Amino acid sequence: MENGDYISVKELCRHYAIEYSFVSQLSEHGLIELIEVGEQSAIRMERLGEFERHLRMHYELDINFEGLEVIAHLLEKLDSMQSELHHLRARLKNEGLE
Amino acid sequence: MDFIDYYSILGLSKNAGPEDIKKAYRKLARKYHPDVNPNDAQAKKKFQQINEANEVLSDPEKRKKYDKYGKDWQHGEEFEKARQQRQGSRQGGVHFGNTEGHDFSEFFESMFGGARQGFGSGSTTRFKGEDIHAELKISLQDAFRTHQQTFEINGRNIRITVPAGVEDGQTIRVPGYGAPGLNGGPHGDLYITFSIQNTTAFKRKGNDLYLQHQLDLRTAVLGGETTVDTLDGKVKLSIQPETQNGTKVKLRGKGFPVYRKEGQFGDLYVTYQIKIPTHLNEKQKDLFRKIFEGG
Repeated sequence: MENGDYISVKELCRHYAIEYSFVSQLSEHGLIELIEVGEQSAIRMERLGEFERHLRMHYELDINFEGLEVIAHLLEKLDSMQSELHHLRARLKNEGLE
Repeated sequence: MDFIDYYSILGLSKNAGPEDIKKAYRKLARKYHPDVNPNDAQAKKKFQQINEANEVLSDPEKRKKYDKYGKDWQHGEEFEKARQQRQGSRQGGVHFGNTEGHDFSEFFESMFGGARQGFGSGSTTRFKGEDIHAELKISLQDAFRTHQQTFEINGRNIRITVPAGVEDGQTIRVPGYGAPGLNGGPHGDLYITFSIQNTTAFKRKGNDLYLQHQLDLRTAVLGGETTVDTLDGKVKLSIQPETQNGTKVKLRGKGFPVYRKEGQFGDLYVTYQIKIPTHLNEKQKDLFRKIFEGG
């Protein structure tokens, strides 16, 4: 089951050669959102990038699920701070102060 | 092209064992991994170096070759032989996977020909490229209408549609126009922040516009008509007799377009500033005196 909007967990596991338990653990820690499509669990395609990031960090950097949770929060914070910084810099430039 | 000391990149001594290499790599990778350092070019570069060092030192064959010829890569006769051997074996069909080679140093390419095994299991880790942030200056008049803009970012021509009603400081994302990915990963995204340059007499607050409009004394006192500028042309307004200085009128729908809501506009608020005549001659002053004294 795969369409433009979502990809089934079964398909994910097959594609990335991972266990279902990895996906369910991510979901239990609130790191991905599983949706029910028919009788199957799936994730939205727009969240695939996030899923891949968790996958890389877990398997390549040996980061456990608690660590992934902390990193996800910090990255979110970092992203909003970077956007704010960029916005403020643009304003300073616009007002001729930089 | 300089020699690269892979041991020092990973902070290891020459006799480090496979476990030490793995441990050192993971420790540094956690610190510089692109996933935990979004939009950080320095970290990306460092991660590439660490990755390359690990690629060589964690592979017994490559490590052996590196230890033997590494420092003398440029002059060693033996190295040249090894090089020929390598080329021969490649022609024989040895293929390590991603050989695009853009993510490895020249030194690595020269010794190992861009060979890559990837992390641990042999998979190639692909990373999305960095996002690029750019600022686009447009005039208030341009922001009033949906229009096309073409500009160049990193040698690529980009044509975007700027929807009417964009705000100063607003950012839009153009997917796939950021920096190229790592190891064949997708391009990052381009974030464009609009900087609206306002050289008009209008002040913008959200979707509403504000304008100070001068009214001559005669029209203010006796009433009449005045022509007011809007961003969409001129409009004629009737003025009530005895209009006071600072009187504000609202022109519904004559403000700024609402972003991505076609046909919807904010309002225009016009504040009248009554212009007191100057340089009056004596006769005119007398007439004023008569008005005031006679009142």
